[in-house]
Amino acid sequence: MRRHPLRLAMKTAMKAFPLIALLALSKAWAAEVQVAVASNFTSPMQEIATEFEKDTGHRAILAFGATGKFYAQIANGAPFEVLLAADDETPARLEKESLAVAGSRFTYAVGKLALWSPTPGYVDGRGEVLKKGGFSHIALANPKTAPYGAAAVQAMAGLGVLAALEPRFVQGENISQAYQFAATGNAELGFVALSQVYRDGKITAGSAWILPAGLHDPIRQDAAILARGRSQPAAAALAAYLKGTKARAIIASYGYAP
Amino acid sequence: MTVADLGAVWLTLKLATTVTLLLLLIGTPMAWWLARTRSRLKGVVGAIVALPLVLPPTVLGFYLLVALGPRGPVGQLTEALGLGTLPFTFPGLVVASLLYSLPFVVQPLQNAFEAIPERLLEAAATLRAGPWDAFWSVAVPLARPGFLSGAILGFAHTVGEFGVVLMIGGNIPDRTRVVSVQIYDHVEALEYAQAHWLSGGMLAFSFLVLLALYTFVPQGGRMRS
Repeated sequence: MRRHPLRLAMKTAMKAFPLIALLALSKAWAAEVQVAVASNFTSPMQEIATEFEKDTGHRAILAFGATGKFYAQIANGAPFEVLLAADDETPARLEKESLAVAGSRFTYAVGKLALWSPTPGYVDGRGEVLKKGGFSHIALANPKTAPYGAAAVQAMAGLGVLAALEPRFVQGENISQAYQFAATGNAELGFVALSQVYRDGKITAGSAWILPAGLHDPIRQDAAILARGRSQPAAAALAAYLKGTKARAIIASYGYAP
Repeated sequence: MTVADLGAVWLTLKLATTVTLLLLLIGTPMAWWLARTRSRLKGVVGAIVALPLVLPPTVLGFYLLVALGPRGPVGQLTEALGLGTLPFTFPGLVVASLLYSLPFVVQPLQNAFEAIPERLLEAAATLRAGPWDAFWSVAVPLARPGFLSGAILGFAHTVGEFGVVLMIGGNIPDRTRVVSVQIYDHVEALEYAQAHWLSGGMLAFSFLVLLALYTFVPQGGRMRS
């Protein structure tokens, strides 16, 4: 019997059917989740997202920026499903306004503040350089809008150097920009997030003083599942993954307190 | 409006005025050369002048931060001259804005100069006017719309500048915190009422400037497209 080409095609399709079905199924299972991430958490989150995709099949699409900006965007309908904020106030506020899922908030990292200079030996291990002076610019994140900036101001006030240093402030829009001002040498030193200059137990470049926790209120960085992520399994999966041992180890390796 | 807001408005007007005057000074000979030259460099210079039109302000801001910084070539030069480095200072903002607003002044001027027929300048020469005299008594009056729209656009564009200032300003009150940065801070701090005051003012100002430009300035001095 001569084989009909159509029948051949049918037969092939039948054979391939389970494979196609499986592909379609896994596609439905492996969802994408839109995540807004505080800029100080950029590097650890990129690493976590890679592991998250490997382990769960879900893909986390990351957007980095200032938490205040994310708030304005989320309040105006931005399609984010999870927020990793730089503070604990914004997620609380979002929850109060029903923009975040009630009870989904948790602290994913506690930020540490570092006084850092790209010049080796410039910043001593006790922050004496703040009293000694001898620099014309000191960079920090805008204390009005950025938790790391507010913590820096609080620490300087506690050390009794705030009034003397204030005229030398240069403020970054966020902590990434504060780092940029110091890293390019335009400011001799600056208050940065430890996560920006720390990897696996040591300072990556230059010199730094890690501020003792008593000098400022803890910088609690909270996450929340947003209203748009309510019935999205990948959003819940990411929240759970952030609490897991693998993610926690990555977070700690960037110098965040547990 | 708070004192800080008014300070930002004043600083912005001071910056825009300084930059506009300097740009008319620098831009006029550049535009004249571009309009009259047959040099092969014309294309290169024209392209460089137009770069800020297409470059994201972040690119310009980032390179300025690096170049003007203590390890950058310009920064080392200014330090050697005893001027210190430019980022985080008012003169630094002026330098950045000069680059950023350059095409908005040069291009309308160039268009206006190109529209002047060669024979008018030749006629001036036959009446024994030197090139300098011819320029002032023939070219400048004829290019008046170009000067007007160049000045208006240069001023307005400097007022509206944000990205470059953010990158090299350091947000220092009364020195580098201009209106656009102040608005950004208000929005970030969720002070929407104050943000509205300044933003609304900015919107009204920009509209009036463009209205004036399109109503009073005759055709011929517009941007190239």
